[in-house]
Amino acid sequence: MDFWTDPYLFLVNWLHGLLVGWGLPDAIASFILMFAGAFVLAMGAMLFVLGLIWFERKLVGRFQDRFGPNRVGPWGIIQPLADMLKIFTKEHITPAGVDPLPYNLGPVLAVAAVLAIWAVLPFTISLVGADLDVSVLYVVAIGGLGEIAVVLSGWGSNNKYALLAAFRSVAQLLSYEVPLVIALLVPVMLSGSLSLNQIVREQGVWYIVLAPVAAFIFFIASIAEVGRSPFDLTEAESELVAGFNIEYSGLKFGMFYVADFLHAFTISLLFAVLFLGGWRGPYAEQYPLLGLVYFMLKAGAVYFINIWMRASFPRFRIDQMMGISWKLLTPLAIGAVILTAVIDKLLPGGELLPYGDYVRVGVMLGANLVLVVIAGALMALQKRKHMLQEFPIAASKGFTVRDVSVNRGTK
Amino acid sequence: MMNAWLYIGLFLVIALALPAAAIFISYILGPKKPDPVKRSVYECGIETVGETWVQFKAQYYIFGLIFLVFDVETVFLYPWAAAYNQLTLFMVLEAVLFILILVGGLLYAWRKGALEWV
Repeated sequence: MDFWTDPYLFLVNWLHGLLVGWGLPDAIASFILMFAGAFVLAMGAMLFVLGLIWFERKLVGRFQDRFGPNRVGPWGIIQPLADMLKIFTKEHITPAGVDPLPYNLGPVLAVAAVLAIWAVLPFTISLVGADLDVSVLYVVAIGGLGEIAVVLSGWGSNNKYALLAAFRSVAQLLSYEVPLVIALLVPVMLSGSLSLNQIVREQGVWYIVLAPVAAFIFFIASIAEVGRSPFDLTEAESELVAGFNIEYSGLKFGMFYVADFLHAFTISLLFAVLFLGGWRGPYAEQYPLLGLVYFMLKAGAVYFINIWMRASFPRFRIDQMMGISWKLLTPLAIGAVILTAVIDKLLPGGELLPYGDYVRVGVMLGANLVLVVIAGALMALQKRKHMLQEFPIAASKGFTVRDVSVNRGTK
Repeated sequence: MMNAWLYIGLFLVIALALPAAAIFISYILGPKKPDPVKRSVYECGIETVGETWVQFKAQYYIFGLIFLVFDVETVFLYPWAAAYNQLTLFMVLEAVLFILILVGGLLYAWRKGALEWV
Protein backbone atom coordinates (compact mmCIF):
# COMPACT_ATOMS: atom_id res chain seq x y z
CA MET A 1 0.00 0.00 0.00
CA ASP A 2 1.61 3.16 -1.22
CA PHE A 3 0.87 6.54 0.34
CA TRP A 4 0.23 8.26 -2.98
CA THR A 5 -2.28 5.77 -4.36
CA ASP A 6 -4.64 6.00 -1.39
CA PRO A 7 -3.51 8.31 1.42
CA TYR A 8 -6.70 7.70 3.40
CA LEU A 9 -6.39 3.90 3.64
CA PHE A 10 -2.65 4.27 4.19
CA LEU A 11 -3.25 6.62 7.11
CA VAL A 12 -5.90 4.36 8.65
CA ASN A 13 -3.67 1.29 8.39
CA TRP A 14 -0.70 3.19 9.79
CA LEU A 15 -2.68 4.51 12.78
CA HIS A 16 -4.17 1.08 13.41
CA GLY A 17 -0.71 -0.43 13.39
CA LEU A 18 0.52 2.28 15.74
CA LEU A 19 -2.29 1.70 18.26
CA VAL A 20 -1.87 -2.07 18.16
CA GLY A 21 1.88 -1.50 18.58
CA TRP A 22 1.15 0.32 21.83
CA GLY A 23 -0.39 -2.88 23.17
CA LEU A 24 -4.08 -2.13 22.61
CA PRO A 25 -6.34 -5.04 21.62
CA ASP A 26 -7.33 -5.07 17.97
CA ALA A 27 -11.03 -4.40 18.61
CA ILE A 28 -10.39 -1.34 20.81
CA ALA A 29 -7.95 0.11 18.28
CA SER A 30 -10.58 -0.26 15.56
CA PHE A 31 -13.18 1.37 17.80
CA ILE A 32 -10.93 4.35 18.55
CA LEU A 33 -10.20 4.82 14.86
CA MET A 34 -13.90 4.58 14.04
CA PHE A 35 -14.72 7.21 16.65
CA ALA A 36 -11.96 9.48 15.40
CA GLY A 37 -13.12 9.05 11.81
CA ALA A 38 -16.71 9.88 12.70
CA PHE A 39 -15.60 12.92 14.70
CA VAL A 40 -13.37 14.25 11.92
CA LEU A 41 -16.11 13.77 9.32
CA ALA A 42 -18.80 15.49 11.42
CA MET A 43 -16.51 18.33 12.46
CA GLY A 44 -15.27 18.72 8.89
CA ALA A 45 -18.85 18.96 7.63
CA MET A 46 -19.67 21.65 10.21
CA LEU A 47 -16.59 23.70 9.33
CA PHE A 48 -17.25 23.17 5.63
CA VAL A 49 -20.38 25.28 6.14
CA LEU A 50 -18.19 28.37 6.58
CA GLY A 51 -17.00 27.92 3.01
CA LEU A 52 -20.54 27.28 1.79
CA ILE A 53 -21.84 30.46 3.41
CA TRP A 54 -19.13 32.50 1.73
CA PHE A 55 -19.75 30.82 -1.63
CA GLU A 56 -23.48 31.33 -1.48
CA ARG A 57 -23.37 34.94 -0.26
CA LYS A 58 -20.85 35.81 -2.92
CA LEU A 59 -22.90 34.16 -5.66
CA VAL A 60 -26.23 35.60 -4.57
CA GLY A 61 -24.51 38.97 -4.44
CA ARG A 62 -23.35 38.55 -8.01
CA PHE A 63 -26.81 37.43 -9.14
CA GLN A 64 -28.24 40.58 -7.61
CA ASP A 65 -25.56 42.80 -9.18
CA ARG A 66 -23.73 43.44 -5.91
CA PHE A 67 -20.27 42.48 -4.74
CA GLY A 68 -21.24 40.27 -1.83
CA PRO A 69 -18.83 40.10 1.11
CA ASN A 70 -15.57 41.75 0.07
CA ARG A 71 -14.10 43.51 3.12
CA VAL A 72 -12.73 40.89 5.49
CA GLY A 73 -9.79 39.14 3.91
CA PRO A 74 -9.21 38.64 0.18
CA TRP A 75 -12.62 38.47 -1.62
CA GLY A 76 -14.26 38.55 1.80
CA ILE A 77 -13.26 34.97 2.44
CA ILE A 78 -12.83 35.47 6.21
CA GLN A 79 -16.31 36.98 6.55
CA PRO A 80 -18.09 33.79 7.72
CA LEU A 81 -15.40 33.23 10.32
CA ALA A 82 -15.93 36.74 11.69
CA ASP A 83 -19.68 36.15 11.72
CA MET A 84 -19.18 32.89 13.58
CA LEU A 85 -17.03 34.53 16.26
CA LYS A 86 -19.66 37.21 16.72
CA ILE A 87 -22.59 34.84 16.95
CA PHE A 88 -20.75 32.72 19.52
CA THR A 89 -20.76 35.62 21.99
CA LYS A 90 -24.38 36.65 21.50
CA GLU A 91 -26.98 36.41 24.23
CA HIS A 92 -29.48 33.54 24.12
CA ILE A 93 -32.82 35.22 24.63
CA THR A 94 -35.39 32.65 25.68
CA PRO A 95 -38.91 34.05 25.45
CA ALA A 96 -41.33 33.57 28.32
CA GLY A 97 -43.54 30.49 28.24
CA VAL A 98 -41.59 28.33 25.80
CA ASP A 99 -41.75 24.58 26.08
CA PRO A 100 -38.09 24.04 27.02
CA LEU A 101 -37.51 20.54 25.69
CA PRO A 102 -38.70 21.00 22.10
CA TYR A 103 -37.42 24.58 22.05
CA ASN A 104 -33.86 23.55 22.87
CA LEU A 105 -33.93 20.25 21.02
CA GLY A 106 -35.00 21.90 17.75
CA PRO A 107 -31.70 23.51 16.65
CA VAL A 108 -29.62 20.52 17.79
CA LEU A 109 -31.78 18.05 15.90
CA ALA A 110 -31.83 20.26 12.81
CA VAL A 111 -28.05 20.03 12.48
CA ALA A 112 -27.83 16.40 13.58
CA ALA A 113 -30.36 15.29 10.96
CA VAL A 114 -28.26 16.73 8.15
CA LEU A 115 -24.93 15.57 9.53
CA ALA A 116 -26.26 12.03 9.85
CA ILE A 117 -26.64 11.81 6.07
CA TRP A 118 -22.90 12.38 5.69
CA ALA A 119 -22.25 9.10 7.52
CA VAL A 120 -23.21 7.03 4.47
CA LEU A 121 -22.02 9.21 1.57
CA PRO A 122 -19.36 7.54 -0.60
CA PHE A 123 -16.73 10.28 -0.97
CA THR A 124 -14.25 8.03 -2.77
CA ILE A 125 -14.20 4.33 -3.58
CA SER A 126 -12.73 3.60 -0.14
CA LEU A 127 -13.66 6.67 1.91
CA VAL A 128 -17.18 5.81 3.03
CA GLY A 129 -18.27 6.38 6.61
CA ALA A 130 -20.47 3.29 6.78
CA ASP A 131 -21.07 1.33 3.60
CA LEU A 132 -24.57 0.22 4.56
CA ASP A 133 -26.42 -2.08 2.19
CA VAL A 134 -29.59 -0.06 2.82
CA SER A 135 -28.13 3.44 2.77
CA VAL A 136 -30.79 4.79 0.39
CA LEU A 137 -33.49 3.90 2.90
CA TYR A 138 -31.32 5.33 5.69
CA VAL A 139 -31.01 8.65 3.85
CA VAL A 140 -34.77 8.82 3.32
CA ALA A 141 -35.48 8.01 6.96
CA ILE A 142 -32.94 10.42 8.41
CA GLY A 143 -33.91 13.13 5.92
CA GLY A 144 -37.35 13.32 7.49
CA LEU A 145 -35.84 14.15 10.89
CA GLY A 146 -34.93 17.66 9.72
CA GLU A 147 -38.59 18.48 9.34
CA ILE A 148 -39.28 17.18 12.83
CA ALA A 149 -36.74 19.71 14.10
CA VAL A 150 -38.71 22.44 12.36
CA VAL A 151 -41.95 21.19 13.91
CA LEU A 152 -40.37 20.95 17.36
CA SER A 153 -39.00 24.48 17.29
CA GLY A 154 -42.18 25.90 15.79
CA TRP A 155 -44.31 24.23 18.43
CA GLY A 156 -42.01 24.93 21.34
CA SER A 157 -41.49 28.62 20.63
CA ASN A 158 -44.84 29.77 22.04
CA ASN A 159 -45.29 32.00 19.02
CA LYS A 160 -48.17 31.93 16.57
CA TYR A 161 -46.08 32.68 13.51
CA ALA A 162 -43.67 29.91 14.40
CA LEU A 163 -46.58 27.52 14.85
CA LEU A 164 -48.01 28.41 11.44
CA ALA A 165 -44.61 27.81 9.90
CA ALA A 166 -44.45 24.40 11.56
CA PHE A 167 -47.85 23.52 10.10
CA ARG A 168 -46.71 24.52 6.66
CA SER A 169 -43.53 22.54 6.97
CA VAL A 170 -45.53 19.40 7.74
CA ALA A 171 -47.66 19.99 4.65
CA GLN A 172 -44.51 20.42 2.58
CA LEU A 173 -42.84 17.32 3.96
CA LEU A 174 -45.95 15.23 3.36
CA SER A 175 -46.22 16.35 -0.22
CA TYR A 176 -42.64 16.20 -1.43
CA GLU A 177 -41.62 13.02 0.34
CA VAL A 178 -43.80 11.06 -2.10
CA PRO A 179 -42.26 12.11 -5.47
CA LEU A 180 -38.79 12.12 -3.89
CA VAL A 181 -39.03 8.55 -2.69
CA ILE A 182 -40.66 7.30 -5.90
CA ALA A 183 -38.00 9.01 -8.04
CA LEU A 184 -35.33 7.38 -5.88
CA LEU A 185 -36.69 4.00 -6.98
CA VAL A 186 -35.27 4.55 -10.47
CA PRO A 187 -31.53 4.59 -9.61
CA VAL A 188 -32.16 1.73 -7.19
CA MET A 189 -33.77 -0.25 -9.98
CA LEU A 190 -31.08 0.54 -12.56
CA SER A 191 -28.29 -0.48 -10.20
CA GLY A 192 -30.15 -3.25 -8.41
CA SER A 193 -28.82 -2.11 -5.04
CA LEU A 194 -29.81 0.04 -2.09
CA SER A 195 -26.21 0.90 -1.25
CA LEU A 196 -25.05 4.34 -2.36
CA ASN A 197 -21.53 3.13 -3.06
CA GLN A 198 -22.86 0.28 -5.20
CA ILE A 199 -25.07 2.72 -7.10
CA VAL A 200 -21.97 4.78 -7.92
CA ARG A 201 -20.02 1.69 -8.98
CA GLU A 202 -22.77 0.63 -11.38
CA GLN A 203 -22.89 3.99 -13.12
CA GLY A 204 -20.84 3.30 -16.23
CA VAL A 205 -23.40 5.56 -17.85
CA TRP A 206 -24.54 8.36 -15.58
CA TYR A 207 -28.14 7.84 -14.55
CA ILE A 208 -29.02 11.41 -15.47
CA VAL A 209 -28.64 10.21 -19.09
CA LEU A 210 -30.67 7.05 -18.54
CA ALA A 211 -33.35 8.64 -16.38
CA PRO A 212 -33.46 12.43 -16.83
CA VAL A 213 -37.08 12.69 -15.69
CA ALA A 214 -36.35 10.96 -12.39
CA ALA A 215 -33.29 13.18 -11.92
CA PHE A 216 -35.38 16.29 -12.51
CA ILE A 217 -38.05 15.15 -10.05
CA PHE A 218 -35.45 14.29 -7.43
CA PHE A 219 -33.81 17.69 -7.86
CA ILE A 220 -37.05 19.66 -7.44
CA ALA A 221 -38.43 17.48 -4.65
CA SER A 222 -35.20 17.55 -2.67
CA ILE A 223 -35.10 21.35 -2.80
CA ALA A 224 -38.68 21.42 -1.55
CA GLU A 225 -37.90 18.85 1.12
CA VAL A 226 -35.08 21.01 2.43
CA GLY A 227 -37.29 24.09 2.27
CA ARG A 228 -34.98 26.21 0.15
CA SER A 229 -36.25 29.00 -2.02
CA PRO A 230 -38.49 28.90 -4.11
CA PHE A 231 -40.12 26.47 -1.66
CA ASP A 232 -39.19 28.33 1.54
CA LEU A 233 -42.75 28.77 2.74
CA THR A 234 -41.68 28.07 6.28
CA GLU A 235 -39.68 31.30 6.23
CA ALA A 236 -42.03 33.49 4.22
CA GLU A 237 -41.01 36.82 5.72
CA SER A 238 -43.94 38.76 4.29
CA GLU A 239 -46.41 36.48 6.06
CA LEU A 240 -44.63 34.81 8.96
CA VAL A 241 -41.94 37.39 9.89
CA ALA A 242 -39.14 34.81 10.11
CA GLY A 243 -41.05 31.58 10.26
CA PHE A 244 -40.25 28.77 12.64
CA ASN A 245 -37.00 30.32 13.94
CA ILE A 246 -38.53 33.65 14.94
CA GLU A 247 -37.92 33.27 18.69
CA TYR A 248 -34.34 32.02 18.42
CA SER A 249 -31.28 34.15 18.90
CA GLY A 250 -27.53 33.75 19.15
CA LEU A 251 -26.05 30.43 18.20
CA LYS A 252 -29.40 28.65 18.47
CA PHE A 253 -30.48 30.63 15.44
CA GLY A 254 -27.03 30.07 13.97
CA MET A 255 -27.59 26.33 14.12
CA PHE A 256 -30.67 26.64 11.89
CA TYR A 257 -28.53 28.70 9.54
CA VAL A 258 -25.84 26.01 9.51
CA ALA A 259 -28.43 23.29 8.98
CA ASP A 260 -29.96 25.16 6.07
CA PHE A 261 -26.69 25.60 4.18
CA LEU A 262 -25.46 22.12 4.97
CA HIS A 263 -28.76 20.60 3.89
CA ALA A 264 -28.64 22.41 0.58
CA PHE A 265 -25.16 21.09 -0.09
CA THR A 266 -26.01 17.61 1.16
CA ILE A 267 -28.84 17.23 -1.35
CA SER A 268 -26.38 18.34 -4.04
CA LEU A 269 -24.02 15.60 -2.88
CA LEU A 270 -26.87 13.09 -2.97
CA PHE A 271 -27.82 14.19 -6.46
CA ALA A 272 -24.20 13.76 -7.57
CA VAL A 273 -24.12 10.26 -6.05
CA LEU A 274 -27.41 9.10 -7.51
CA PHE A 275 -27.39 10.66 -10.96
CA LEU A 276 -23.97 12.11 -11.78
CA GLY A 277 -21.80 9.12 -10.99
CA GLY A 278 -20.46 10.25 -7.60
CA TRP A 279 -16.69 9.85 -7.46
CA ARG A 280 -16.45 8.33 -10.95
CA GLY A 281 -14.04 9.92 -13.39
CA PRO A 282 -10.75 9.27 -15.13
CA TYR A 283 -8.27 7.47 -12.84
CA ALA A 284 -10.64 7.69 -9.86
CA GLU A 285 -10.26 3.99 -9.09
CA GLN A 286 -6.46 4.00 -9.08
CA TYR A 287 -6.16 7.27 -7.15
CA PRO A 288 -9.20 7.49 -4.86
CA LEU A 289 -8.50 11.02 -3.71
CA LEU A 290 -9.01 12.16 -7.29
CA GLY A 291 -12.53 10.73 -6.91
CA LEU A 292 -13.15 13.10 -4.02
CA VAL A 293 -12.24 16.02 -6.27
CA TYR A 294 -14.63 14.84 -9.00
CA PHE A 295 -17.36 14.29 -6.44
CA MET A 296 -17.00 17.75 -4.94
CA LEU A 297 -16.89 19.38 -8.38
CA LYS A 298 -20.09 17.60 -9.44
CA ALA A 299 -21.83 18.46 -6.18
CA GLY A 300 -20.57 22.05 -6.48
CA ALA A 301 -22.13 22.32 -9.93
CA VAL A 302 -25.48 21.09 -8.60
CA TYR A 303 -25.19 23.47 -5.65
CA PHE A 304 -24.55 26.30 -8.09
CA ILE A 305 -27.79 25.53 -9.94
CA ASN A 306 -29.48 25.38 -6.56
CA ILE A 307 -28.34 28.91 -5.71
CA TRP A 308 -29.20 30.05 -9.21
CA MET A 309 -32.77 28.87 -8.67
CA ARG A 310 -32.87 30.59 -5.31
CA ALA A 311 -31.77 33.85 -6.88
CA SER A 312 -34.10 33.61 -9.87
CA PHE A 313 -37.51 32.37 -8.84
CA PRO A 314 -40.16 33.98 -6.65
CA ARG A 315 -41.64 31.96 -3.82
CA PHE A 316 -44.59 29.68 -4.56
CA ARG A 317 -47.93 30.04 -2.87
CA ILE A 318 -48.85 27.08 -0.69
CA ASP A 319 -51.68 25.81 -2.92
CA GLN A 320 -49.39 26.04 -5.95
CA MET A 321 -46.69 24.19 -4.05
CA MET A 322 -49.04 21.34 -3.13
CA GLY A 323 -50.38 21.28 -6.68
CA ILE A 324 -46.91 20.90 -8.20
CA SER A 325 -46.20 17.95 -5.99
CA TRP A 326 -49.45 16.01 -6.23
CA LYS A 327 -50.65 16.89 -9.72
CA LEU A 328 -47.36 17.01 -11.58
CA LEU A 329 -44.37 15.45 -9.83
CA THR A 330 -46.08 12.41 -8.29
CA PRO A 331 -47.79 11.16 -11.48
CA LEU A 332 -44.64 11.93 -13.46
CA ALA A 333 -42.48 10.01 -10.99
CA ILE A 334 -44.80 7.00 -11.14
CA GLY A 335 -44.72 7.18 -14.92
CA ALA A 336 -40.92 7.28 -14.90
CA VAL A 337 -40.72 4.24 -12.61
CA ILE A 338 -43.13 2.17 -14.73
CA LEU A 339 -41.40 3.20 -17.95
CA THR A 340 -37.92 2.41 -16.71
CA ALA A 341 -39.00 -0.91 -15.23
CA VAL A 342 -40.75 -2.19 -18.35
CA ILE A 343 -38.32 -0.89 -20.98
CA ASP A 344 -35.17 -1.99 -19.16
CA LYS A 345 -36.65 -5.49 -18.89
CA LEU A 346 -37.71 -5.62 -22.53
CA LEU A 347 -34.31 -4.52 -23.81
CA PRO A 348 -31.84 -7.38 -24.11
CA GLY A 349 -28.58 -7.09 -22.19
CA GLY A 350 -25.82 -4.86 -23.50
CA GLU A 351 -23.61 -7.72 -24.62
CA LEU A 352 -26.23 -9.23 -26.96
CA LEU A 353 -26.63 -6.24 -29.25
CA PRO A 354 -23.92 -4.49 -31.21
CA TYR A 355 -23.45 -1.06 -29.59
CA GLY A 356 -25.81 -2.35 -26.85
CA ASP A 357 -25.06 0.47 -24.43
CA TYR A 358 -25.73 3.17 -26.99
CA VAL A 359 -29.00 1.53 -27.98
CA ARG A 360 -30.01 1.35 -24.32
CA VAL A 361 -29.20 5.02 -23.71
CA GLY A 362 -31.01 6.04 -26.89
CA VAL A 363 -34.15 4.06 -26.08
CA MET A 364 -34.22 5.32 -22.48
CA LEU A 365 -33.76 8.94 -23.54
CA GLY A 366 -36.48 8.57 -26.16
CA ALA A 367 -38.87 7.02 -23.65
CA ASN A 368 -38.22 9.83 -21.16
CA LEU A 369 -38.82 12.38 -23.90
CA VAL A 370 -42.14 10.73 -24.76
CA LEU A 371 -43.09 10.87 -21.08
CA VAL A 372 -42.32 14.59 -20.91
CA VAL A 373 -44.34 15.25 -24.08
CA ILE A 374 -47.33 13.31 -22.73
CA ALA A 375 -47.15 15.17 -19.40
CA GLY A 376 -46.93 18.50 -21.21
CA ALA A 377 -49.89 17.65 -23.42
CA LEU A 378 -51.99 16.60 -20.41
CA MET A 379 -51.09 19.83 -18.62
CA ALA A 380 -52.04 21.91 -21.65
CA LEU A 381 -55.35 20.05 -21.86
CA GLN A 382 -56.00 20.63 -18.17
CA LYS A 383 -55.26 24.33 -18.51
CA ARG A 384 -57.54 24.62 -21.54
CA LYS A 385 -60.40 22.94 -19.70
CA HIS A 386 -59.83 25.17 -16.72
CA MET A 387 -59.87 28.31 -18.85
CA LEU A 388 -63.04 27.29 -20.67
CA GLN A 389 -64.68 27.02 -17.25
CA GLU A 390 -63.40 30.30 -15.88
CA PHE A 391 -63.32 32.51 -18.97
CA PRO A 392 -65.73 30.87 -21.45
CA ILE A 393 -66.01 33.79 -23.89
CA ALA A 394 -62.34 34.70 -24.11
CA ALA A 395 -61.24 31.08 -24.34
CA SER A 396 -63.76 30.18 -27.06
CA LYS A 397 -62.38 33.03 -29.17
CA GLY A 398 -58.91 31.62 -28.75
CA PHE A 399 -57.57 34.32 -26.40
CA THR A 400 -55.23 33.11 -23.74
CA VAL A 401 -55.40 34.54 -20.26
CA ARG A 402 -52.01 34.59 -18.63
CA ASP A 403 -51.76 33.03 -15.19
CA VAL A 404 -55.38 32.44 -14.42
CA SER A 405 -54.77 31.61 -10.80
CA VAL A 406 -53.45 35.10 -10.04
CA ASN A 407 -56.49 36.79 -11.56
CA ARG A 408 -58.83 34.54 -9.65
CA GLY A 409 -57.08 34.96 -6.33
CA THR A 410 -57.20 32.37 -3.60
CA LYS A 411 -60.52 30.81 -2.76
CA MET B 1 -22.01 -5.14 8.69
CA MET B 2 -22.30 -4.81 12.49
CA ASN B 3 -19.31 -2.50 12.31
CA ALA B 4 -21.13 -0.23 9.88
CA TRP B 5 -24.11 0.07 12.22
CA LEU B 6 -21.80 0.74 15.15
CA TYR B 7 -20.29 3.55 13.11
CA ILE B 8 -23.77 4.95 12.40
CA GLY B 9 -24.57 4.85 16.12
CA LEU B 10 -21.32 6.62 17.00
CA PHE B 11 -21.88 9.15 14.25
CA LEU B 12 -25.40 9.95 15.45
CA VAL B 13 -24.15 10.54 18.99
CA ILE B 14 -21.40 12.83 17.69
CA ALA B 15 -23.80 14.60 15.33
CA LEU B 16 -26.07 15.35 18.29
CA ALA B 17 -23.23 16.27 20.63
CA LEU B 18 -21.43 18.71 18.34
CA PRO B 19 -24.22 21.29 17.94
CA ALA B 20 -25.26 20.81 21.57
CA ALA B 21 -21.69 21.50 22.71
CA ALA B 22 -21.45 24.55 20.45
CA ILE B 23 -24.68 25.96 21.85
CA PHE B 24 -23.52 25.26 25.40
CA ILE B 25 -20.18 27.03 24.86
CA SER B 26 -21.92 29.98 23.29
CA TYR B 27 -24.35 30.06 26.25
CA ILE B 28 -21.39 30.32 28.65
CA LEU B 29 -19.65 32.97 26.58
CA GLY B 30 -22.65 35.19 25.91
CA PRO B 31 -24.13 37.83 28.20
CA LYS B 32 -27.21 36.93 30.27
CA LYS B 33 -29.39 39.96 30.91
CA PRO B 34 -33.02 38.91 30.57
CA ASP B 35 -35.81 41.37 31.28
CA PRO B 36 -39.58 40.99 30.90
CA VAL B 37 -39.84 43.09 27.74
CA LYS B 38 -36.97 41.28 26.07
CA ARG B 39 -38.48 37.95 26.98
CA SER B 40 -41.94 38.77 25.70
CA VAL B 41 -43.34 36.85 22.76
CA TYR B 42 -42.78 38.59 19.45
CA GLU B 43 -45.91 39.62 17.63
CA CYS B 44 -45.31 42.74 15.55
CA GLY B 45 -44.99 44.96 18.60
CA ILE B 46 -48.40 44.29 20.12
CA GLU B 47 -49.03 42.00 23.03
CA THR B 48 -50.01 38.49 22.12
CA VAL B 49 -53.62 37.56 22.79
CA GLY B 50 -54.68 34.20 24.08
CA GLU B 51 -52.89 30.92 24.04
CA THR B 52 -50.53 29.83 21.26
CA TRP B 53 -51.21 26.13 21.44
CA VAL B 54 -54.79 26.26 20.23
CA GLN B 55 -56.60 23.70 18.17
CA PHE B 56 -55.88 24.59 14.58
CA LYS B 57 -57.49 23.52 11.36
CA ALA B 58 -54.92 21.37 9.61
CA GLN B 59 -56.01 21.91 6.03
CA TYR B 60 -53.90 19.12 4.69
CA TYR B 61 -55.17 16.12 6.61
CA ILE B 62 -56.53 14.54 3.43
CA PHE B 63 -53.07 15.00 1.90
CA GLY B 64 -51.80 13.24 4.99
CA LEU B 65 -54.04 10.25 4.27
CA ILE B 66 -52.91 10.03 0.65
CA PHE B 67 -49.31 10.42 1.76
CA LEU B 68 -49.70 7.47 4.08
CA VAL B 69 -50.95 5.28 1.24
CA PHE B 70 -48.02 6.20 -1.00
CA ASP B 71 -45.46 5.91 1.73
CA VAL B 72 -46.56 2.37 2.50
CA GLU B 73 -46.56 1.65 -1.22
CA THR B 74 -42.92 2.65 -1.54
CA VAL B 75 -41.99 0.41 1.37
CA PHE B 76 -43.32 -2.46 -0.74
CA LEU B 77 -41.61 -1.20 -3.88
CA TYR B 78 -38.06 -0.80 -2.53
CA PRO B 79 -37.35 -4.52 -2.17
CA TRP B 80 -38.82 -5.03 -5.63
CA ALA B 81 -36.52 -2.33 -7.07
CA ALA B 82 -33.46 -3.72 -5.29
CA ALA B 83 -34.14 -7.19 -6.70
CA TYR B 84 -35.01 -5.83 -10.14
CA ASN B 85 -32.08 -7.49 -11.94
CA GLN B 86 -33.24 -10.95 -10.92
CA LEU B 87 -36.87 -10.46 -11.86
CA THR B 88 -38.59 -11.72 -14.98
CA LEU B 89 -40.82 -9.51 -17.10
CA PHE B 90 -43.92 -11.05 -15.57
CA MET B 91 -42.89 -10.07 -12.03
CA VAL B 92 -42.17 -6.53 -13.20
CA LEU B 93 -45.61 -6.31 -14.78
CA GLU B 94 -47.20 -7.52 -11.56
CA ALA B 95 -45.55 -4.68 -9.68
CA VAL B 96 -46.67 -2.26 -12.39
CA LEU B 97 -50.22 -3.51 -11.89
CA PHE B 98 -49.86 -2.84 -8.16
CA ILE B 99 -48.65 0.71 -8.86
CA LEU B 100 -51.47 1.30 -11.35
CA ILE B 101 -54.09 0.37 -8.75
CA LEU B 102 -52.65 3.07 -6.50
CA VAL B 103 -52.59 5.52 -9.41
CA GLY B 104 -56.29 4.78 -9.74
CA GLY B 105 -56.65 5.84 -6.11
CA LEU B 106 -54.75 9.04 -6.76
CA LEU B 107 -56.92 9.85 -9.79
CA TYR B 108 -60.04 9.19 -7.72
CA ALA B 109 -58.82 11.57 -5.01
CA TRP B 110 -57.99 14.11 -7.70
CA ARG B 111 -61.47 13.89 -9.28
CA LYS B 112 -63.11 14.19 -5.86
CA GLY B 113 -61.21 17.44 -5.28
CA ALA B 114 -59.11 16.12 -2.42
CA LEU B 115 -56.00 17.65 -3.96
CA GLU B 116 -57.35 21.21 -3.84
CA TRP B 117 -56.10 23.50 -1.09
CA VAL B 118 -59.21 24.82 0.62
